[in-house]
Amino acid sequence: MEKYLYIALFAPLAGSIITAFFAQFPKTLFTGIFTSTLIFVSFISSMILLNYVDVGTIVHAEMMDWISAGNLSVPFGFVVDQVSVIMMVTVTLVSTVVHIYSIGYMDHDASFNRFFSWLSAFVFSMMILVMSDNFVGLFIGWEGVGLCSWGLIGFWYKKHSASWAANEAFIMNRIADLGMLMGLFLIYWNIGSLQYDVVFAQIVNLDINIVTWIGIFLFIGAMGKSAQFPLHTWLADAMEGPTPVSALIHAATMVTAGVYLVIRAGEIYALIPEVGMFIASLGAFVAVFAASMALVNRDLKRIIAYSTLSQLGYMFVAAGLGAYWIALFHLMTHAFFKSLLFLGAGNVMHAMDNELDIKKMGGLYKAMRPTAILMSIASVALAGIYPLAGFFSKDKILEVAFNDGSYFLWFALFIGAGLTAFYSFRLVMLVFFGEKVHEKLGFHPHEAQPFVIYALTPLAALAIVAGFFEHSFHEFTTQLLVDYEFTLDHSIALVLIFATSAIALSGIAFAVYKYKRGGFSESIEKWGVYKLLSNQYYIPKLYEEGIMKPFTTLSRFAWKSVDVRIVDATVDMIASVIYGAGQQARKVHSGNLSSMLRWMVVGMIVLLALAIFYRPMV
Amino acid sequence: MFEVIAFYTFSILTIVMFGIVVFSKNALYAMSTLAGGMIFIAGFFFLLEAEFLGVVQIIVYSGAIMALYAFGMMFFDTTRDVKENIHYKKVLYSLSIISAILIVIILSAPIYSANIEAFYPSVMEGVGNTQMVGLVLFTKYLVPFELAAIMLLVAMISGILLVSKRMDMNLTEEDHDEVEGEIV
Amino acid sequence: MITLTHYLVLSGILFSIGLVGVMKRKNLLMLFFSTEILLNAVNIGFAAVSHYYGDLTGQIFAFFIIAVAASEVAVGLGLLVLWYKKTGSTDLDTLNMMKG
Repeated sequence: MEKYLYIALFAPLAGSIITAFFAQFPKTLFTGIFTSTLIFVSFISSMILLNYVDVGTIVHAEMMDWISAGNLSVPFGFVVDQVSVIMMVTVTLVSTVVHIYSIGYMDHDASFNRFFSWLSAFVFSMMILVMSDNFVGLFIGWEGVGLCSWGLIGFWYKKHSASWAANEAFIMNRIADLGMLMGLFLIYWNIGSLQYDVVFAQIVNLDINIVTWIGIFLFIGAMGKSAQFPLHTWLADAMEGPTPVSALIHAATMVTAGVYLVIRAGEIYALIPEVGMFIASLGAFVAVFAASMALVNRDLKRIIAYSTLSQLGYMFVAAGLGAYWIALFHLMTHAFFKSLLFLGAGNVMHAMDNELDIKKMGGLYKAMRPTAILMSIASVALAGIYPLAGFFSKDKILEVAFNDGSYFLWFALFIGAGLTAFYSFRLVMLVFFGEKVHEKLGFHPHEAQPFVIYALTPLAALAIVAGFFEHSFHEFTTQLLVDYEFTLDHSIALVLIFATSAIALSGIAFAVYKYKRGGFSESIEKWGVYKLLSNQYYIPKLYEEGIMKPFTTLSRFAWKSVDVRIVDATVDMIASVIYGAGQQARKVHSGNLSSMLRWMVVGMIVLLALAIFYRPMV
Repeated sequence: MFEVIAFYTFSILTIVMFGIVVFSKNALYAMSTLAGGMIFIAGFFFLLEAEFLGVVQIIVYSGAIMALYAFGMMFFDTTRDVKENIHYKKVLYSLSIISAILIVIILSAPIYSANIEAFYPSVMEGVGNTQMVGLVLFTKYLVPFELAAIMLLVAMISGILLVSKRMDMNLTEEDHDEVEGEIV
Repeated sequence: MITLTHYLVLSGILFSIGLVGVMKRKNLLMLFFSTEILLNAVNIGFAAVSHYYGDLTGQIFAFFIIAVAASEVAVGLGLLVLWYKKTGSTDLDTLNMMKG
């Protein structure tokens, strides 16, 4: 069984390394097919492991000793238990689809090979993250996905905005990683080990204050990775990367790493419900916050990015309130339909010559029927309409909120569901239906290549049926995770379901109705609220003025005044002193025998003086 | 008693002689007093019961080496007083005084004198100094003796080569082709 | 009584005189004379030590020093003659080709 673990883990790495040798060459189709095959192999191994773990046994493998310094012993260990195998299957499945899709999408790109190398490296890092059995391995995977995300967002590095976005993502992640490191330090300092099993067994023995701080710090790390407020601006800017990147990283895998951390550390958070409440509140806030920004945005990918942000908020609500398996379930279903949505958007972009403004599209249904259908399926799943997958997971979260007694949270999520439905269908309507604005602007859209469409169908199928696995999922994951007790009366639960479906359907209906008639008028763009939303509440501007400018000034000061004047001057002074001494000493070499003889006598006197005044032996 | 008088006489004379060598402006005087000084040094050797050494000193130093110097002086104009410009008088005198003081201090300190031990105590009674020197020289110091002989040979050859038999023409100064023609 | 110290002090004084000469003299020939003084001073020292400790090593060493001095004079004078022929002067200050 262990060999499947290693295959699943190292197949992507092998693909990445071998492809890296081709990185400088022009496109070779071999790289795309090779890496896709290896990821598929990894997926098969993950499925086999899923089957195996289903019986109840956990696969635990320790590859080798890594750090063994004093009391600290951190091995390279991997564990395949119920939670990690779900993540593994999700990650590898979406990665396989994205790889195959990229063969078609990156068709005309000059850096075709480099792309696949980075992409496989990313999958490898993510696998380390989810398969590791200690916090340090998790952190390594954490950093690895951050790095690969940087490389992939800034893939077209010659574009200034892309490099900038990549740096922004990485730096924000780093800031959050500081918090995570503090959490790790606290864990090690108090417990003495970083292995999951040891930590979770002993965490109950710790002082509750320390556990609270650990929880807070670990969550700060999760905030950066999962783009919670206030570290959220990087996610929207990360859309500078190629669309497959957005699909894989910023929909299904990397941003869910934060949720994974909270789920994995569920036993810690179960002890500190106040921190959990804070996490849930923040999640609800983000859910509504992001949905509001998606309402007015005109950029195709950004709308979907805000949608991701919003759904991450939902996941954190579930995790914060202690319903870890529900958060995991929503994570899984969300991965399927969100990546489908992104990949479909990629098809649209490809057809429209990389145009992103949805107001310039319209009526693409006739030209791109399969894509339209796929994206509609994904949007319906996102909106949470029965019987698609989103309904089951999202609804469960709302039930959890209500069950917990936090009615305010429930209400926020309820509104969020309505907004979600509205903006997803606003997107669908503006892109595929309605007036054919693109014709006036001279675009000639065409559908993507057939194999791309075929690659997307598994995701669509899962988006439809995944919801029905809820019961077995529940059974499966609660073998490991803390279960959540529902104390709601069944009838109230039914009412909630109806209410949620109602608001979702009404959102969809409103969008369809409005946009069939040509949408909102131009005057709406002058409303203050509209301006606020479309400028993302002016938060990026705030960051720029409040943080980036002072920091740049400080850096400039440190460079010009401190580094150049003090440090460089000191080093130069040492050099000039030595040089000057050399110049002076040069005069001894006058070539004049007399003076040389005199110097000889001086030397002799020095030696004699030493002989008198410093006699080591008497 | 005799020894004390001899020592002081010889030492004063030697110092005066060597002082003239160092401070005189006339090259001829310097050379003559150098020769005289050598003789007095030989006197010291006789005082120290190193007869063989004293004889060798007279023959080699006062005889051969001074003769060499005399020949050397034939090349230079010796009637002319040597003009010398000393740039750094103060430095010079201070250096010499300091070094003199230091050396005297070191040597007169009884500590150094008291620490010396004889390595090869090889003075036998009944045998003269020359025989003793011969014994030691040809047994214990044979290798240095032979090496010194080779060194002297080399010096002689180099001396000849440097100032070769044709005085008006030097090997080291002419061009290679012209020299080739001259030496058959 | 004349002890070893007397001889050593004498040797030191003669050595200092030689040093003065070495530093002072600008004429190359005079420089050689001063070098001879140095060597002789050392010889006295060796002989004195040899006498007072009953060891012949000092005398043998002095003997070798004399041999060395002889060969040194031979070679040195040869070079001096060459230099005189080349530059026409025996002044020490002309000997500055190794300047810098």
